[in-house]
Amino acid sequence: MLNISHISKTFNPGTVNEKRAISDLSLHLNAGDFVTIIGSNGAGKSTLFNAVCGDFLTDAGSIVLNGQDITFMPAFRRAKRIGRLFQDPMRGSAPGMTIEENLALAAGSGGWLSHVTAGEKKRFRDRLALLDMGLEDRMKQPVGLLSGGQRQALTLLMSTMNPPRLLLLDEHTAALDPGTAEKVLKLTRDIVSEHKITTMMVTHNMNQALELGNRTLMMDGGNIVLDISGREREGLTVVDLLKKFRAGAGKDLDNDRILLS
Amino acid sequence: MNPSALLAVSQTALELGLICSLTVLALFLSYSMLNVCDLSTDGCFTLGAAVGAVVAASGHPLLSIPAAMLAGMASGFVTAILQTKMGIDSLLAGIIVNTGLYSINIMVMAGAPNINLNKKDTIFTMAKDLLAGTPLAGQQNTVIAAVAAALTVLFLTVFLNTRLGLAIRATGNNPDMVRSSSINPAFTTIVGLCVANAFTGLSGCLMAQSQKQAEINIGTGMVTIALASLLIGATLLGRGGIFTRAAGMVLGAFIFRFVYAVALRLDMPAFMLKLVSSVIVALAIAAPYLKQQWPTIRRRLSYRQTAARRGEN
Repeated sequence: MLNISHISKTFNPGTVNEKRAISDLSLHLNAGDFVTIIGSNGAGKSTLFNAVCGDFLTDAGSIVLNGQDITFMPAFRRAKRIGRLFQDPMRGSAPGMTIEENLALAAGSGGWLSHVTAGEKKRFRDRLALLDMGLEDRMKQPVGLLSGGQRQALTLLMSTMNPPRLLLLDEHTAALDPGTAEKVLKLTRDIVSEHKITTMMVTHNMNQALELGNRTLMMDGGNIVLDISGREREGLTVVDLLKKFRAGAGKDLDNDRILLS
Repeated sequence: MNPSALLAVSQTALELGLICSLTVLALFLSYSMLNVCDLSTDGCFTLGAAVGAVVAASGHPLLSIPAAMLAGMASGFVTAILQTKMGIDSLLAGIIVNTGLYSINIMVMAGAPNINLNKKDTIFTMAKDLLAGTPLAGQQNTVIAAVAAALTVLFLTVFLNTRLGLAIRATGNNPDMVRSSSINPAFTTIVGLCVANAFTGLSGCLMAQSQKQAEINIGTGMVTIALASLLIGATLLGRGGIFTRAAGMVLGAFIFRFVYAVALRLDMPAFMLKLVSSVIVALAIAAPYLKQQWPTIRRRLSYRQTAARRGEN
């Protein structure tokens, strides 16, 4: 499904700030995989997502999505196949435009000069109602008036309006209060399972990393140091995971935000 | 000021305001929607004036309109390419194009700094003949400017609600989101600046023909004047749909010209126009910032006073 082979990325090469963010990383995802990713500070989790989304081109290696080589494809073209949510709930929507206008852009149906049709508006309403946040009655309000949780839920809806092949979630519930985070997470699971979207999710919650999905990756120093799935993953506790990390990375997990409970 | 003088002042303000409102609407698209402060506006306005005047002088007043708009579009295209494909900062791109346009504008006017349209047919003289005998006779300048402003407002209302228009608005609001909607923000910036500058060109074209001459300095300071009008309009009608906001731009252009015309009547010298517009723009943009800073400033002052009093005791 997703085939990343031997990608590397060095930022600011040849300067004192030189940073090898990803080094010779390879990863293969099967269709329908739900992968959770944990790792230390600066392990390269977000950089990996940025590389897959095309925010920068890698220095070496190749990325193939669904049989198509996207190594040099510009970010906006990849976005047709890849959906992404950030930790910052403000990044995914345009605050000065209404909920309806945001959804219309995300839906992207019709030609350049087409207007939103009544049928589409109805579809937006129905989808918004699924969020159970009352947003379906606020379609004409600017998105800037919504709370962080509402905006993140809306972004989730927008990025799965046309179900992508691959969904990348970069700690997308970390900035929300616990109740809202729970709600957004449940929505994520529902939407992902409904459309059978292959998903990668970065989290700093160790329990969540083990509970959600079918595979867990641990990253350190720009590479994957641990990749567990299937039998090995069943019944694994947080303590086991930390032990395994030490064995794989040769040091303790070092992340100042990690949640062990 | 007596009523008849006031009427005459409003008349001039209406005519000039409506013609300049096209430039304000252009900035509404580039500045308010795309979040690009297009500093090539001055040169583009003059380009529209020069191209329009040349085409009209050669005997095709009607053709001057599409010609000026196309010229404006080309200028906007260059500005957009410089900032989206060549890595030049958007402000600098505008300044570069503006400087280059000075030479181009003289070139368009065949090496002269102005073109006189005194005894030539213009769209205004054509309209004058058309309107003769109707109740609107003699009002051709206002009528043409009003029609142009109305059509532009209408166009923008429709255009900015299409999928392309939504993408252009989102580009200034959150370019990341445009990219994640599989749209190239470079493309929306190019289209937006082309459309905006077409209106700036048209604005210059109408201005030159209504004044019966195009000259190289006709657009000088236009960007500040238009920004001042835009900010007045946004203060009065800044909320609501695109139509309301676009109509606010026209209103802002009229109010700016009206205040200026009244000030002229009250013996303010004509050369003050540009200082007045600069002050309005500076104040309007600084006001929200100062308002936000005010509590801190006040606390500092009272803190200092208390400290001074303590020092006395």
